[in-house]
Amino acid sequence: MSLLTIQNLSLSIHGTPILNNVSLSIAPGEIHAVTGESGSGKSMTAFTVMQLLPNGTKTTGQVTLDGTDILAASEDTMCTIRGNDVGMIFQEPMTALNPVKTIGDQVMETILIHKAMSPKDAETRARDVLDRVGLPADRFPLSRYPHELSGGQRQRVVIAMAIALRPKLLIADEPTTALDVTTQAQILDLLKGLVAEEGMGMLMITHDLAVVADMAHTITVMRQGQVVESAPTQALLADMQHDYTKMLFAASTHQVDLPDKPAPSPLLEVQNVSRDYRLPRTQLFAPPGVFRAVKNVSFTIEKGERLGLVGESGCGKSTLTRAILGLEEVQEGQILLDGEPVFSGHKPNLAVRRKMQVVFQDPFGSFNPRHRVDRLITEPFHLLPNPPKGLKREEAIAEALIAVGLAPSDARKYIHEFSGGQRQRIAIARALIIRPELILFDEAVSALDVSVRAQILDLLADLCRQYDLTYLFISHDLSVVRSVTDRVLVMKSGEIVEQGVTEQVFTNPAHPYTRDLIAAAPVLPDLGRGAA
Amino acid sequence: MKRNLILGACLSSLFVLAALISFIWTPFDHTAMSIPDRLQTPNATHLLGTDHFGRDILSMIMVGARTSIAVALVAVGIGMALGVPLGLAAAARKGSWLDEFIMRGNDLIFAFPSLVIAILITAVFGAGAINAIIAIGIFNIPVFARITRGAALSLWEREFIMAARVAGKSAARISAEHILPNVANLLIVQGTIQFSLGILAEAGLSYVGLGAQPPTPSWGRMLADAQTMVSLAPHLALMPGVAIILTVLGLNLMGDGLRDYLDPRLRVQRT
Amino acid sequence: MSRNIWTLPQLPPNVAAMLRYALKRLLSLIISLAIASLIIFFVIEVAPGDPAQFMLGLNAQPDTVAALRAELGLDVPKWERYLNWVGGMLTGDFGTSYTYRTPVAEMIADRLWVSLPLALYALTLSTLIAFPAGIYAAARRGRAGDVTVMGATQLGVAIPNFWFAMMLVLIFAINLRWFSAGGFAGWDKGLWTGLHSLTLPAIALALPQAAILARVMRSSLLDILGEDFMRTARAKGLSRRQALWRHGVRNALIPVLTIIGLQFAFLIAGGIIIEQVFYLPGLGRLIFQSISSRDLIVVESVVMLLVFAVIVVNFLVDLAYAAVDPRLRSRT
Repeated sequence: MSLLTIQNLSLSIHGTPILNNVSLSIAPGEIHAVTGESGSGKSMTAFTVMQLLPNGTKTTGQVTLDGTDILAASEDTMCTIRGNDVGMIFQEPMTALNPVKTIGDQVMETILIHKAMSPKDAETRARDVLDRVGLPADRFPLSRYPHELSGGQRQRVVIAMAIALRPKLLIADEPTTALDVTTQAQILDLLKGLVAEEGMGMLMITHDLAVVADMAHTITVMRQGQVVESAPTQALLADMQHDYTKMLFAASTHQVDLPDKPAPSPLLEVQNVSRDYRLPRTQLFAPPGVFRAVKNVSFTIEKGERLGLVGESGCGKSTLTRAILGLEEVQEGQILLDGEPVFSGHKPNLAVRRKMQVVFQDPFGSFNPRHRVDRLITEPFHLLPNPPKGLKREEAIAEALIAVGLAPSDARKYIHEFSGGQRQRIAIARALIIRPELILFDEAVSALDVSVRAQILDLLADLCRQYDLTYLFISHDLSVVRSVTDRVLVMKSGEIVEQGVTEQVFTNPAHPYTRDLIAAAPVLPDLGRGAA
Repeated sequence: MKRNLILGACLSSLFVLAALISFIWTPFDHTAMSIPDRLQTPNATHLLGTDHFGRDILSMIMVGARTSIAVALVAVGIGMALGVPLGLAAAARKGSWLDEFIMRGNDLIFAFPSLVIAILITAVFGAGAINAIIAIGIFNIPVFARITRGAALSLWEREFIMAARVAGKSAARISAEHILPNVANLLIVQGTIQFSLGILAEAGLSYVGLGAQPPTPSWGRMLADAQTMVSLAPHLALMPGVAIILTVLGLNLMGDGLRDYLDPRLRVQRT
Repeated sequence: MSRNIWTLPQLPPNVAAMLRYALKRLLSLIISLAIASLIIFFVIEVAPGDPAQFMLGLNAQPDTVAALRAELGLDVPKWERYLNWVGGMLTGDFGTSYTYRTPVAEMIADRLWVSLPLALYALTLSTLIAFPAGIYAAARRGRAGDVTVMGATQLGVAIPNFWFAMMLVLIFAINLRWFSAGGFAGWDKGLWTGLHSLTLPAIALALPQAAILARVMRSSLLDILGEDFMRTARAKGLSRRQALWRHGVRNALIPVLTIIGLQFAFLIAGGIIIEQVFYLPGLGRLIFQSISSRDLIVVESVVMLLVFAVIVVNFLVDLAYAAVDPRLRSRT
């Protein structure tokens, strides 16, 4: 007897088809994961069950929740169902809570809005639920405000709100995408425990196949609004029917083939670097406090080496990146590139800077929308004493674009004409154009879908062969770092806690934090290379 | 909505046109008095009637538009010329003493409404249209500084600015090359709004005698003159009032329309 | 923990944070007032002419002028005069009017009892009109009700308040005779009589301001409606209306408060103009009389008072922020 049944659901927004004949069903106690790349319509499926759809949405088909026909239900009926029979958890915990209300009020609201209990009982219940999701009363009284909590803690509050009335169905829309791996592991454990204890059904939307394989009883793979394949997890992993599913799983465990690195000779030397930030004053006449974001960090990148830097958000890796790029001055220690300091006499050293370039994470934010591609990728020419002009400039642009797999004619286009993956290629072209000795990849593939990510990683390996690249690859994603680096640094709270040859660190981590990190990261079971 | 933009542009260009035409032609000489013709209600000869000296109201409104538009336009110019660079500088040096200084200075100017500045200037130097320009212009500075800084700050967080910094460009160069073009739309829209506010402020200042002085015609002074006769000849007060409303309405509609047309996500301070 | 006198360890952390925030704002209020007073004093100081000479006329004897200068405290250096002026104001002594030879404080106090009630009356009216209008429009976004309210506010924003005042006089005082066309009945004949004679001026001031405020309320609320936490609220089972009232309005108040603070400056300035239309014996009348009689000490003090009012109201708005938004309290 199934709890939720979706049959032949089609959905369009202002006439644009989003979903096409989607069917799936969830039984009580079952975790059903819907996965797919961006634009697959997986989130829209979840919102249809809640009937929280944008204006101008038309739906056909049938959605039945515990006997109620959702698509035919009135708004009043839906209000009694939402929060009571179905709870929902969202992707972005930082913004999912009302900033001006206490967490106690927000959890109690779920109970009180359905008039399920007296206010006094509701308060007791809210306390119990918060305890259950791992927010004990001594550290997290009901009077806390959301801004006093971390992202993972806020997600726990959202979960508490969703399960306060013990709903039959829990919908989780990318519940851990915005969280660090160690937090992600805890939240996933919590969700798994809740489903088992309360016998809830759970509809889980996620793009992360490793999470899917680890959590779900049943997997539905979607692509462009259609169900590609749906089967119990073990069966699906063992025997994928559809090429798209195979491609998806292959891409997310994609290994690139890096060329051997040349003989060691140091390129970048980071020596005992510390970086302090002044904190805002908390007291009128006391000196402002200081936050040390990077603590006494030392490492070397050899010529031709591919070095990885992993760590969770707030560990200081971005700060370190900015310091290496010479964008900010460090308080202690020094950073040398080819033996010369990147910062000299409180000013960035342009002669050194031209030997470095960077590729950022956001393929949409890293280009000025008002400039054409040729102008965008030649911006680093500003660093050269005699930048190429005329025909030479054209040649340089064409070469860079070809190197990253684009056409020279793309130079006259604007950035909005390109997809996310293409933009990331353009970003790499911009980094390559002055032939830097070192490139920093700052979460450069984190915003991409798995299939696009695999292509960009292959491009990196190609470029290594062609140009003998040296790079520092900064990422929170352990599997990517493992695949594209020779050596790796692990950073925590501003310190490098472990460094070593990538394979060794991953197979035999020395530091407890590295062990936690690797244990927390969800991994796809070995599918046997044959399946992929 | 495009309809707003077109309607607004038509209304405001009507008055700009009236002001321009008044340099070469008006139905009557706006200073010519004719006691026998005084206080006529609108008719075929005097389309909008005559005032208590028999002067043609349409001609006065046309010439008065010159004063309103000139004062408001120059005031917007002052606000932009000083406010935008200050806002860019504050954003480029976010959190520094310069930023703090500029923003605190802005807050302080906000405590002096245009009228209060005009009162101070008039008390010291005597009345005149220049006072109105300076008073409204000073008030515009923090408006533009604030909105420029706000928009620039979010741009400075964007990665394309980081990329420009990695390319070794200075803060001033990045401000000019990347920041300013990306806030230009916002400034155009805000400029339209401040222009309309300037017209309202100029009318108010002239009404209380702190703006344009006789014989310079102005809508605010026409209203002041009409006040004593409001029961006798309501059209004296009605006509210049409607002129002000239509101009301001036109500019506001145009501002809203421009905002939607240029970028629906723009935020404009409406104060 | 710390030797710092501003640490208040015995208070609960919320209250202590709020107090620290308030103290910090208070400090910046005092600095603003000090700088504003400097600007006003030295601008007026640039004015040509000697007040003593002006008061006594052109034919006065030099020694009489000198005696009067000494009496008015004009014979000391500028800095000392500035300090005397500020010190005087702090103790309620605003100096002596050059023209009337009466204490400025008395003149101001009488007028303040007209101008201040007028500004507060108008602020109350505009808030009472704007909040429901803005919330209503946001709730019915894009529908007939929204379009009507927005059209009305678009017009309201374009209307000069003094012209609107003249039209109100024409309709309600001259034609309908519901109100008197001008003048102030005074508070001694009862609260109602006083309020009655301030009603038309307050409406004239309030409506154009209400139009602006309603627009801000609407757009701020619409921004909030797009926030993630509104979706969370709906997922809990709140209806659209419940989500709007319980989660939308309080968050939307944050930008609206800023505008109310800024508007107070406009209400004060607008009040000065509106007083001219209704012949109200308020600060506006006082200031224009003083300008024409070159009674600069009165101008100086009234301007300082107006600026003081604006700065203090914005201080209060800052405090209101902290009451609405818990994030501000801890960020200080």
